[in-house]
Amino acid sequence: MKYWISVAVLLIAALGAALSGINEYVFYAGYIVLTFVVLATAWNILGGYAGYVNFGTGAFFGFGSYAAVVLFKALGAPLIVQIIAGAAIGAALGFGVGIMTLRLRGIFFAIATVAILFIAETLMINWRYVGGATGLQLLRPEVIAPFGSYTRMLFAVMALLAVIAVSVARYVQTSWIGRGLRAIRDSEEAAECSGVPTLRLKLIACVVSGALMGAAGAPMPMYLSFVEPASSFSLNWGVSALAMPMIGGTGHWIGPVVGALLLGSIQQIVTVTISNEINVLVVGVLLVLFVVLAPDGVVGLFRKWLRRSSR
Amino acid sequence: MIFSFDLLFEAVLFGVLLGCFYAAVSIGLSVSFGLLDVPHVAHPALMVFGSYCTFVVAGWGLDPIVAGVLLMPAFFVLGVLIYRFYYETFEKRGTEAGVRGLAFFFGLAFIIEVGLILVFGVDQRTVQAPYIGSSLALGEYRLPYRMLVAFGVALVLTFVLTLYLSKTFTGRAIKAVAQDEPALRLMGANPVRIKQWAFGIATGVSALAGAMLIIVGPVEPALDRLYIGRTFCVVVLAGLGSMTGTLGAGLILGVSESIVLMMFGASWAPAVAFGLLLIVLGIRPQGLFGR
Repeated sequence: MKYWISVAVLLIAALGAALSGINEYVFYAGYIVLTFVVLATAWNILGGYAGYVNFGTGAFFGFGSYAAVVLFKALGAPLIVQIIAGAAIGAALGFGVGIMTLRLRGIFFAIATVAILFIAETLMINWRYVGGATGLQLLRPEVIAPFGSYTRMLFAVMALLAVIAVSVARYVQTSWIGRGLRAIRDSEEAAECSGVPTLRLKLIACVVSGALMGAAGAPMPMYLSFVEPASSFSLNWGVSALAMPMIGGTGHWIGPVVGALLLGSIQQIVTVTISNEINVLVVGVLLVLFVVLAPDGVVGLFRKWLRRSSR
Repeated sequence: MIFSFDLLFEAVLFGVLLGCFYAAVSIGLSVSFGLLDVPHVAHPALMVFGSYCTFVVAGWGLDPIVAGVLLMPAFFVLGVLIYRFYYETFEKRGTEAGVRGLAFFFGLAFIIEVGLILVFGVDQRTVQAPYIGSSLALGEYRLPYRMLVAFGVALVLTFVLTLYLSKTFTGRAIKAVAQDEPALRLMGANPVRIKQWAFGIATGVSALAGAMLIIVGPVEPALDRLYIGRTFCVVVLAGLGSMTGTLGAGLILGVSESIVLMMFGASWAPAVAFGLLLIVLGIRPQGLFGR
């Protein structure tokens, strides 16, 4: 109950901010941070709970973007349809990836997701309809009534998506699905032997994670008014989506949110003041530091601090 | 789509040279990942780092291959340090090391890549040598000398490593550690020291591989991403840890990439390695030449 009240408050606050007169740039940057909240949360469902490392976040994200672009170009579909299509194609790809978990684990699974990412990029590079390697310029449609600009509307939409993603992750974590996934992470053989339906659980995790990533990618072309394969399918999405839960803490649904808000905000500040390369460097260095020094992330550190101060 | 047997023959010929080159850049990974089971996703990044080091050393007027050989001891030490660190922080603690170890090497790869961008910029770099840019005319076929050089070095490297692993005491110890670590421990040997040594060799070899990389073509910091697919494809296809298998798998990849390049054009070529990798992982994860 407390969760749903705070969710409602946050959503209303986001909507209120989008309708108010705050500087446009806040929404421009905030949109990206919220995208990372969705991606990190989605990554954590498979990577954090089940222990399957996905480097190919970019594949889901990029396919989501391109599904939206194709629908928009062919039919002029509205944003909501684009997002649903992005989620659907992300879920479909997630199902395929889920089938792969039958045979592949650990690094083999991780490398396979990199392979999917590059194959997806190559496909889009060679697809003329969506502009090939050079990409496609898009003309944004008219903004819907209460919002002052398209970016503000996208910000509100992404805030809603982030809330949905986190709620789904929270449900997965606290329900039988989460318990099963944790059992798989600790020992897949033991889980299978104790009657945990491992394949079904892994498929659920992959489909849910993929759908959320696809949905997060769908509004991106509209946000940029542009789409191209190199940045849509970049490995950088993968490293960020992996680093944020690792930094925040993978065990709890709040972990990826903390990580994404923290790292996403640092990234936005760094991008403004320095450059894009430093941005990736920050992610890499923080990832390695946390993985080595604080394996349970910020949430773990916080818990440790709570325990120590209560003693 | 253009097709003729002449073109096909040329593609296969080029593919064989390319394949040996791919085997050479993968052989370090074949030791570190194939034999030692270290999830070394940063291998291609270290190799590109080796290319840039070669670029700097060759800038002093040395031949790139000589530069690569000179860099090997330094990379050996680097490899020992990386393994030591990996062992102390992840392997020693055991459980759940998988996800974190993977994240660690992934992060390391990105740090190396961005570090290179910050120092050298995103521009492509090349080296100068008498054999770069000219080619050997064989009747109507032309074979670029730089590919022949890479071909030769690759063969020597594979041959030496195979001999080392099967004939010398340390080499056999490395194979033993891959086969049965607890047994080795019971024999009174220290598996960590052997693995450290092996990882050092693997990293040392990637300095030479990096030198070949920059001989074969221009190098940019983000090149490592493409080579994640190529190197892992070769190592998995070869069957983990098989040195001669690495050569065979490299040839398969080189020839198929070269044929796809000829028939469908350059924009499809990068997908070959990744596609082949997915197929192998899906159908026969133990590889073709298994250990």
